[in-house]
Amino acid sequence: MKMQFKLYRYNPDVDAKPYMQDIEVELEPSDKKLLDALVRLKTVDDSLSFRRSCREGVCGSDAMNINGKNGLACVTDIAGLKQPVEIRPLPGLPVIRDLIVDMTQFFKQYNSIKPYVINDTPPPSHERLQSPEDREELDGLYECILCACCSTSCPSFWWNPDKFVGPAGLLAAYRFIADTRDTATNERLDNLEDPYRLFRCHSIMNCVDVCPKHLNPTKAIGKIKELMVKRIA
Amino acid sequence: MANVAKRQFDAVIVGAGGAGMRAALQLSEAGLKTAVLSKVFPTRSHTVAAQGGISASLGNVQEDKWEWHMYDTVKGSDWLGDQDAIEFMCKTAPEAVIELEHFGMPFDRVESGRIYQRPFGGHTANFGEKPVQRACAAADRTGHALLHTLYQRNVRANTQFFVEWMALDLIRDADGDVVGVTALEMETGEVYVLHAKAVLFATGGAGRIYAASTNAFINTGDGLGMCARAGIPLEDMEFWQFHPTGVAGAGVLITEGVRGEGGILLNANGERFMERYAPTLKDLAPRDFVSRCMALEVLEGRGAGKNKDHVLLKLDHLGPEVINHRLPSIREIAIKFAGVDPIKEPIPVIPTTHYQMGGIPTNYLGEVMVPKDGNPEVRVNGFYAAGECACASVHGANRLGTNSLLDLVVFGKSAGDSMIEFIKNERPTHKPLPENAADFSLARIARLENQTGGEEVNVVREAMQKTIQLRAGVFRNSENMALGVKEIAEVAERAKRTQIKDKSKVWNTARIEALELDNLIEVAVATMIAADARKESRGAHSHDDFEKRDDENWMKHSLFFNQERRLDYKPVHTKPLTVDYIPPKERTF
Repeated sequence: MKMQFKLYRYNPDVDAKPYMQDIEVELEPSDKKLLDALVRLKTVDDSLSFRRSCREGVCGSDAMNINGKNGLACVTDIAGLKQPVEIRPLPGLPVIRDLIVDMTQFFKQYNSIKPYVINDTPPPSHERLQSPEDREELDGLYECILCACCSTSCPSFWWNPDKFVGPAGLLAAYRFIADTRDTATNERLDNLEDPYRLFRCHSIMNCVDVCPKHLNPTKAIGKIKELMVKRIA
Repeated sequence: MANVAKRQFDAVIVGAGGAGMRAALQLSEAGLKTAVLSKVFPTRSHTVAAQGGISASLGNVQEDKWEWHMYDTVKGSDWLGDQDAIEFMCKTAPEAVIELEHFGMPFDRVESGRIYQRPFGGHTANFGEKPVQRACAAADRTGHALLHTLYQRNVRANTQFFVEWMALDLIRDADGDVVGVTALEMETGEVYVLHAKAVLFATGGAGRIYAASTNAFINTGDGLGMCARAGIPLEDMEFWQFHPTGVAGAGVLITEGVRGEGGILLNANGERFMERYAPTLKDLAPRDFVSRCMALEVLEGRGAGKNKDHVLLKLDHLGPEVINHRLPSIREIAIKFAGVDPIKEPIPVIPTTHYQMGGIPTNYLGEVMVPKDGNPEVRVNGFYAAGECACASVHGANRLGTNSLLDLVVFGKSAGDSMIEFIKNERPTHKPLPENAADFSLARIARLENQTGGEEVNVVREAMQKTIQLRAGVFRNSENMALGVKEIAEVAERAKRTQIKDKSKVWNTARIEALELDNLIEVAVATMIAADARKESRGAHSHDDFEKRDDENWMKHSLFFNQERRLDYKPVHTKPLTVDYIPPKERTF
């Protein structure tokens, strides 16, 4: 089967500016996912650059913009994709080469929410106990794979990537607020109480629409906002 | 030395998976200037794909003891594991897992508020009497939860990561001591010399030498390749684990935790065939055993599907509640990669290459040990290894499920501690770099730049993968392996002449894949030669012409020296640290 692609290409070593490349590739019957097709394409043109690793949707390497929507190439079925398949790097981040973007800003925002349990009481010799119900509060939060599909689909993040934490970072912020073992809720809310860091979220919900793990950052952001309001009251 | 930039650190860690990041934490918190290199952003390391659990005899659900865990591990290893290292790991397991919990790892819980534990393959109570719940789990995402937690803790500790840097070669001085590595910054294409007092390899496995593997693209055995080129032997490379339940056709892993939660394997007749082979542990026998039984079912014509080439993993009887709560990712994977919803239908599965039991020879302190002047184990000063790339050897000829995540944190930490001691007591200042520290790496890159008339990387890589898949599979025999030795030598010659079209500097993934193939091929050659030489069946090495384990002649570790294509052997450690030796006996389940 032949498949047609329209690929965003840019190699700073040779290209003055980015361009869209029309290319087709003969697929093998074993090629089922978009990543399989890209790997096949690379055997035709070894200069095509993209990140990939686990090929099962858990490492978060191969996020890209596929026919206008962010997603992971490795869990996107080839069947059903409109051709030519238009593939671009994640929007809103600087492009280094082809489909590879500079994710510095994304991780900087993630790190800014202090993504680790804070608890100054000395730990016991066994676990810090947590009921199954309390642990369930973390479901839908901890599974994030940091692929950046959400943040790079968010207009608020496009305009203010240096000031707005973005959906991925805020989901992580709530993951620690919701953890009964974490004692720094107040400090975490202080850290987000700012016209940009949290409140630039306008519930556009692109993040929910694109998340390959079916997580809901908008809901988590809503919960943080609720806590902010409660705190003032 | 050619014009190569140099940077100096107390310690350099290559690899940011579970082992590398656990070690990094130890070094960062000790205030040492540490560089952690990784080909991928740390949370993209393959630890992230581990599913079922991490073992520790916490006894949260049923009575358990570390001595039982040790017994299971020794028996699982088919008596090739070193019993001092196994004792160390199993005894340390509870505190290592509790520490992860204190770091914030989101384990599932039982009613008492303690960590949830599930049954797993080969985990038993009272020295093999009955299954026990020892696998500490975060749903079926335990590796993800562990890796993210360790990354987060390293953010807290301000660890310095060199993200998307690929280590190229180990730098040894005239004494054979390790003084650093060369590395390629992928974004710029520049080569650097990283000068260090101590170097840790935590580079993971090389499952990509096989055509069908659960492993990620990045699992190319870089640490092993670097060792092979630097004259450090590779231990027990004939032992590769075939995980019983890879998705047929896709190779993606389905955790043993499915069977831990009550899933069962069926042949085409709907028979739960494991009851016939393993009356006590049934579907939860160790992986080498279950994989062979599955392969036998298929060979004897009882495979499922129109080609009768796989078996079925049934879990619909667990009910949607258990599946959605304990095995949510498995459901997702089955739907995406097998096209079946396991709430309604069984998943088609086949044994798939999963884990490398062998690796860089170390002791339980993470120190790299090589033969010298008649002594089988002499430390290489300044050099450490931990995790799947290392061979401590706790897994021997067959690893038990959940012992890999445990291996990462236990030996990551002990290697980190050993490095701290070494830097403090033995190498407080840097040992000088040799004059020509980067020349070898630069020559490799120059060879690739100037190669003409060579073959494409993917063509040679596929030839290697086909050979290994065909010649070093679940069942092996003399004739087939002899052919494999000859064929892989031919592929290795072709690998010396790979050619790339893309010669640009920035993020040149064609160059990276060529350099990765240099590493893979060393592992493939070691695997084929060590497998061909071992005239017995032990653990994952199942030899049709020598069907029994032969303790008298073969209870020994192989050591392969790639440069000379030479095999050597060294004794198994039969003396545990404090408890009695567990003598070999027949493995039945």
